[in-house]
Amino acid sequence: MVALVLCGVFVAGPGDAADISPIRFTTPNGMTVLVLEQHFLPIVEIHALIKTGSAQDPQEKAGLANLVAGLLDEGTTTRSSKQLAEQIDFVGGSLGVQAGEDFTTASARTLKKDIDIGFTLLADILQRPAFPKQEFERVRSQILGEIASDNDDPGHVAMKAFNQLVFQNHPYRWPVNGTEETLGKITLADVQNFYAKEYLPSQVILTIVGDITVEQATTLVQTHFGSWKKGVMQPRTAKKPIAVDKKIVQFIEKDLTQSTIVIGHAGISRTNPDFYAVTVMNHVLGAGGFSSRLMDTIRDKQGLAYGITSHYDARSMPGSFWINLQTRTDATNQAINSILAEMKTIREAPVSDHELADAKAFLMGSFPLRLDSTAKLAQVLAQVEFFGLGFDYFSQYPKWIERVTKEDVQRVAKQYLDPQRYALVVVGNIAKAKVRH
Amino acid sequence: MNSTFSMIMRTIQFHWHNHLLAALLVFGSTSISLGADPSEYILSNGMKVLLVEVPKAPVATVQVWYKVGSRNEVMGRAGLSHMLEHMMFKGTARYPKGSFSRIVRKNGGVDNAFTGQDFTAYFENVAADRVGLVLELEADRMQGLILDHSEFQTERDVVKEERRLRSEDDPQGALVEALFAHTFLSHPYHWPVIGWFADLDAMSLEDLQRHYDTFYSPNNATLVVVGDIKAESLLPTIKRLFEPIPRGPSPKQILPPEPEQRGERRFLLKREAQVPFVMMGFRVPNYSNEDSYALDILESILSHGKSSRLYQSLVYDQKNSLAVGAEYSVLQTDPGLFYFYSLVNPSAKVEGVEEAIQREIVRLQNEPPSEQELQRAKNQVEAARVFEQDSNFRHAMLMGQAESVGAGWRRIDQFVERIRAVTAKDIQRVAKQYLIPDNRTVGILIPLPSPPPDSAPTAAHEGKS
Repeated sequence: MVALVLCGVFVAGPGDAADISPIRFTTPNGMTVLVLEQHFLPIVEIHALIKTGSAQDPQEKAGLANLVAGLLDEGTTTRSSKQLAEQIDFVGGSLGVQAGEDFTTASARTLKKDIDIGFTLLADILQRPAFPKQEFERVRSQILGEIASDNDDPGHVAMKAFNQLVFQNHPYRWPVNGTEETLGKITLADVQNFYAKEYLPSQVILTIVGDITVEQATTLVQTHFGSWKKGVMQPRTAKKPIAVDKKIVQFIEKDLTQSTIVIGHAGISRTNPDFYAVTVMNHVLGAGGFSSRLMDTIRDKQGLAYGITSHYDARSMPGSFWINLQTRTDATNQAINSILAEMKTIREAPVSDHELADAKAFLMGSFPLRLDSTAKLAQVLAQVEFFGLGFDYFSQYPKWIERVTKEDVQRVAKQYLDPQRYALVVVGNIAKAKVRH
Repeated sequence: MNSTFSMIMRTIQFHWHNHLLAALLVFGSTSISLGADPSEYILSNGMKVLLVEVPKAPVATVQVWYKVGSRNEVMGRAGLSHMLEHMMFKGTARYPKGSFSRIVRKNGGVDNAFTGQDFTAYFENVAADRVGLVLELEADRMQGLILDHSEFQTERDVVKEERRLRSEDDPQGALVEALFAHTFLSHPYHWPVIGWFADLDAMSLEDLQRHYDTFYSPNNATLVVVGDIKAESLLPTIKRLFEPIPRGPSPKQILPPEPEQRGERRFLLKREAQVPFVMMGFRVPNYSNEDSYALDILESILSHGKSSRLYQSLVYDQKNSLAVGAEYSVLQTDPGLFYFYSLVNPSAKVEGVEEAIQREIVRLQNEPPSEQELQRAKNQVEAARVFEQDSNFRHAMLMGQAESVGAGWRRIDQFVERIRAVTAKDIQRVAKQYLIPDNRTVGILIPLPSPPPDSAPTAAHEGKS
């Protein structure tokens, strides 16, 4: 058995949320391991982040990464789909795989006494998936059904259309689960090849949080993942979305009482140095819940919507910015105009001192709430590692937020918000809505 | 799937097909007693206080639960409790409109509320050192809410948008609503928590004031705090803030039971949709009945995990469902439903799905589950009890709900002991007693085709605003 190399211990600085000091090491086969001991409850979360997702799908085979992920726990060389399910269910644990755009996660959660089962099953599905032909056919048809079902959700329909307008010639263009057309083109060989190319130990961040010691975790990692063959990762190129250079509008007719509206354009990446200024600006604009400008004007003053939120989806590559809401059909124009007005206002005038102070106070003060459960901790730790933020993130985050000034907020509003060139999608009773765009 | 349309919620409707909620309602428990029992206090004005010390992270959740929900409404005013919940954010003399959430947020907290059939609850998730502040805010709005006419007009529009979102434009939401309306004819579980449009229109400020005066008092409330607190040092603060609030009326909480169902009820809902949805509800007892333990295990055998009977049969073998499940709402004030649902695979036949569910029911009636299955279900229930405590919010929610429906938090742990004693024969017996055709209500969503494609231009075009 090979020895594990301890690469270093990262201790976070003082402060409330900052008492998060995971041990980090790299195994000889290249896997990054993070361990955080939490002994309050006898539970353990084992969370593998694999650095592959729908962004690596070939354009004509959108949905491939998701299909591969969906097949991991549908049979291995040693266990059938049903055996995997029976073993994790018998101990009341959970085993799940989820594909995203930039990464895929596979996690096992068990009581402390069942930790061996958790490691065994997670290691099995990551290293020895069998991709049986009949499971491939079944899961693909299941996903096709889910795509049809997604079309019953107007919000989903609108976002799917929006992404196609904003991410032209870009891997974020298609839904993670693909389309009816692209799924049909995926073969079993595609699945096997994608797995062989992407699922390498060097692509994995394995995060273990819970009632376990670093020594125990180290031994378990070695036992269950030590023999996973090291591979060579092929280099990748990042792509930038092409900026929306004019207003693009798309209406989708559905027999509904509300219009679902999405307005937006390209956004920023997670590693953009303006991330924190954009976070504060977006909080004031429409991410700040009941204290945001959009909520105040659209919901509280005009009663036009139950909820309205603005989002910057900061991913590995620049993601998108969007605002979404649902409003009764005859209020469609009023809502769109109000949104555009707020986008203009935050560009043209600085936010007030009190808005800035409140936004910063919330973002800094609520930080510990993002880390208040084992599952949340494992996810956040894995992403901090994935985005290369460094484990001083937990002590630095409040400082980066604190540093943001009124001038920064207006500057990033001007730079990253465009009330002239945007994509607009409306799903609903279009004839009745009489959209003037 | 990432929910790109995550809702900001001033309100979470307690809907029965909501899987998040289903997770929260997993109630069977274990006596692996961890995260100590709450400290319980009754204030001089009758308010119950439950405090749990969880020092693992410097945060806490504060929840105030009122024993009022849609079951406390009358015909013609459906949705009054939920409407009042929205109005609870509109300010008092001390904290005027808009200040509540702003104060919570600038202190790094998140606040919201939710209304169900049996309760209305308000919560703040905050850093542990801000608990006193949010307690003061909650004490303040327990009395002295200002109900303003124009605020009400606007908020009613917001609630109507919420109704459109959840029921009118959501095929599954619409089916759930219809299932309850068909199952309960005289009991208030008949109407949806969100209310009907006509009732929302008919509501007046006086209705809201009366509802508030009747139900928002310390003797009708439970305060739950779970997190990095010290019960001994927090209690004086709680007493100082809440004990000056006078005891209120003792509202009538006992309702006449829904008469026995005599024969199957069945309905169709036809609307534009892609995917059919089948629901099958059976009226069953709640926590107060001995059979609730076996029903809880029955639910687990049928639908917890991918090795469960419904998943293996309908999704895996027959491939006629995209998702399938069974849910038993044991923590209800009055007896509710044990229901089955299936999101039908578009390539399958609805009739086949209904038959497949029925076959699983008959199988349980004819032969008891295996020892292995029974043990799995018990293990799942016990583990769920531990996992649930990983989240302060869910931990507090379980206790708040147990108190509000009349079960009491102690029953959560008692439940575990009783769950352990459930036998295979018990499962078979309750399946035979309750899951019978005469006690069944079946609702089926029949998708209608979309409008013609000419009105759905895909070509992007330029325009001017």
